[in-house]
Amino acid sequence: MEAKEIQTDILIIGGGTAGCFAGITLGEYRDIDVLIVEKANVKRSGCLAAGVNAINAYITEGKTPQDYVNYAKRDAEGIVREDLLLTMSERLNRVTEHMEKLGLVILKDDQGKYVARGDRNIKINGENIKPILAKAAARQKNVKILNHVNITDFIVENNRIKGAYGFHVDQPICYTIYANAVICGTGGAAGLYRPNNPGFSRHKIWYPPFNTGAGYSMGIRAGAEMTTFEMRFIALRCKDTIAPTGTIAQGVSAEQINGQGENYEDKYGLTTSQRVYGTVEENRKGRGPCYLKTKGITKEQEEDLYKAYLNMAPSQTLKWIETGKGPSQENVEVEGSEPYIVGGHTASGYWVDTKRQTTIQGLFAAGDVAGGCPQKYVTGALAEGEIAAEAAAEFHRANPYEPVKKDTRKKKQKEYEAYLKNDRAVLTTGQLEETMQKVMDQYAGGISTNYQYSEGKLRMADEKIMLLLELSRHLAARDMDGLLRIYELRERLVVCQVLIAHLLGRKETRWHSFAENTTYPEKSEDGMVYVNSKLKNGKIEILYRELVTGGKVYEHTDTAE
Amino acid sequence: MSIQIQQNKCTGCGQCIEACPGNLIKRGEGGKAWIRHIRDCWGCTSCLKECRFGAICFYLGADIGGRGSTLTVRKEGDVNIWSITDREGRLQQIRVDQKKANQY
Ligand SMILES: Cc1cc2nc3c(=O)[nH]c(=O)nc-3n(C[C@H](O)[C@H](O)[C@H](O)COP(=O)(O)OP(=O)(O)OC[C@H]3O[C@@H](n4cnc5c(N)ncnc54)[C@H](O)[C@@H]3O)c2cc1C
Ligand code: SF4
Ligand code: SF4
Repeated sequence: MEAKEIQTDILIIGGGTAGCFAGITLGEYRDIDVLIVEKANVKRSGCLAAGVNAINAYITEGKTPQDYVNYAKRDAEGIVREDLLLTMSERLNRVTEHMEKLGLVILKDDQGKYVARGDRNIKINGENIKPILAKAAARQKNVKILNHVNITDFIVENNRIKGAYGFHVDQPICYTIYANAVICGTGGAAGLYRPNNPGFSRHKIWYPPFNTGAGYSMGIRAGAEMTTFEMRFIALRCKDTIAPTGTIAQGVSAEQINGQGENYEDKYGLTTSQRVYGTVEENRKGRGPCYLKTKGITKEQEEDLYKAYLNMAPSQTLKWIETGKGPSQENVEVEGSEPYIVGGHTASGYWVDTKRQTTIQGLFAAGDVAGGCPQKYVTGALAEGEIAAEAAAEFHRANPYEPVKKDTRKKKQKEYEAYLKNDRAVLTTGQLEETMQKVMDQYAGGISTNYQYSEGKLRMADEKIMLLLELSRHLAARDMDGLLRIYELRERLVVCQVLIAHLLGRKETRWHSFAENTTYPEKSEDGMVYVNSKLKNGKIEILYRELVTGGKVYEHTDTAE
Repeated sequence: MSIQIQQNKCTGCGQCIEACPGNLIKRGEGGKAWIRHIRDCWGCTSCLKECRFGAICFYLGADIGGRGSTLTVRKEGDVNIWSITDREGRLQQIRVDQKKANQY
């Protein structure tokens, strides 16, 4: 394996939504060298690959950023960081206007105002949102982009970031990248639980299966503090295609009905988790299948739905046309997805301060990988990318570069090469992945148990995941692609391990479905805390932190080791 | 659900290999593209959009309701022209103007 070294001022890991926007923001700082490293190609990588339907986080006329904070807080039953939500909300509209300037098509009325969809959304054509972002990032003179390099580890000494290690996904090259500050924008984690379609279409899931939780895993292993992993995200989606439902629900005002035709929307509550729970309960009580009532919409509405889905989830349009029954003729069946860890929807991720600095000095996190700040969506990820970029630039200017004291390059390279040289493996990456998904499904609240778990089951899950982690060290890779798949699996296993610890740590059921603990089926007053974690001496330690609320702002004070 | 690459149409330009967000497409012996991880396609259609030679089509697996139809897309100016061909060969096209916002 060839070894390459790169030196930069600010390293951005993951050229997705937050990563590209951080790059665009840093384009203003001409004296700072910036490198974006992306495991695929920034043009279509990450959540935005197929396109998105709408801007889901926008402060519409008559509303304030504080209204958005209140909404997100209510939806998460209080477990949010209000300081993070507010600093994000204050930037939502500005980043939206920036996107329009870059070329995003946004619907406007006669007076040139954005047309709202509901309280917080605006209408766009989001099919090409990722190429727009990627192009703008590439235009910045001081920003370089390195595609097809997968980052596996941070370089951290004395709790100070110094760079990262990775390898090329096709060519036998390993990389050491030294940087004075690092922004992590690797997105959330999918593929932990057995999916809705475990067979041929196993990757027809909602969240990108290529966001494997690498950023979480690197941070965890480097001793960074994580928060609220137990607030899993489960999406209510169109059956089989796992396409978004909001477009139908809000677009043509479709009601949610059970198999008997009864509207069950208000029966279980209206928070995101309650909506999922409602559908699960209706099915469990024998009143399924559940649908979005679209029968009877006009042909024109149907055509508009076909187009809207082609702009973000083409499978759904293909399915409608292929079966010969569009939504005007047949209601759309809905189901809950498998659980994900995604800090852009719920509050799981890095524990950060308002500048999005993690508990590791010089390491910042933005987008789905950053915790405490749910309901971010596209614009929230952009806002956090901007905040993190500004803060990283400030950090770089204020702190001299600290060279690495202990050279571990050879060790890392040997670790990669060991998988490539191994010719004694019987178990395969695919097998271990399926086993992990089975374990999580059955013992840590997957689809097959209606998302429920008990303390006893979680302890079993923990034991089994630990074993899989050990087994994964003995896998073999035929080539660089095989190596990538091993590291994707290992990242997921680390995320599973921490997730289980968090699920055990929250001894209540605050959110149905998202964290449904049958040992503690009720909500508890003691649950009004953050469940945080940190890896110390090979063990995950859970710590409870007081809520940051009512205008308070959190600052890291106990980050030093 | 996955994609199929027609070897007779593929010129080996490599655009799809470059674009796939999951690094699922590789270059084969003859320099042409092939999908190495057929079960791992996310269905984002990025590769279809990148291929200027119309060599890639998308389909739904039978496990999620696929009945043998294929989907392709071609760009004409600001319009994406999506074509769905069913298993009997019947064609249906939907034109989506990229300068127009979604109604929903
Ligand atoms: C299908 C779908 C539809 C959505 N629709 C909407 C919508 O209509 N409206 C809305 O507002 N929001 C929507 N969202 C939410 C929104 O898109 C996301 O919250 C947001 O894009 C997340 O941005 P991010 O930068 O955190 O992650 P991403 O944009 O996914 O970026 C993560 C990047 O990191 C890269 N990466 C991962 N691991 C590594 C590694 N080890 N090394 C190097 N690079 C790595 C990935 O390849 C990727 O490019 C949708 C999300 C999904 C999944
Ligand atoms: S983009 Fe099309 S022509 Fe180019 S390599 Fe891929 S399939 Fe072949
Ligand atoms: S549709 Fe998307 S995930 Fe599937 S092969 Fe093409 S680019 Fe890759």
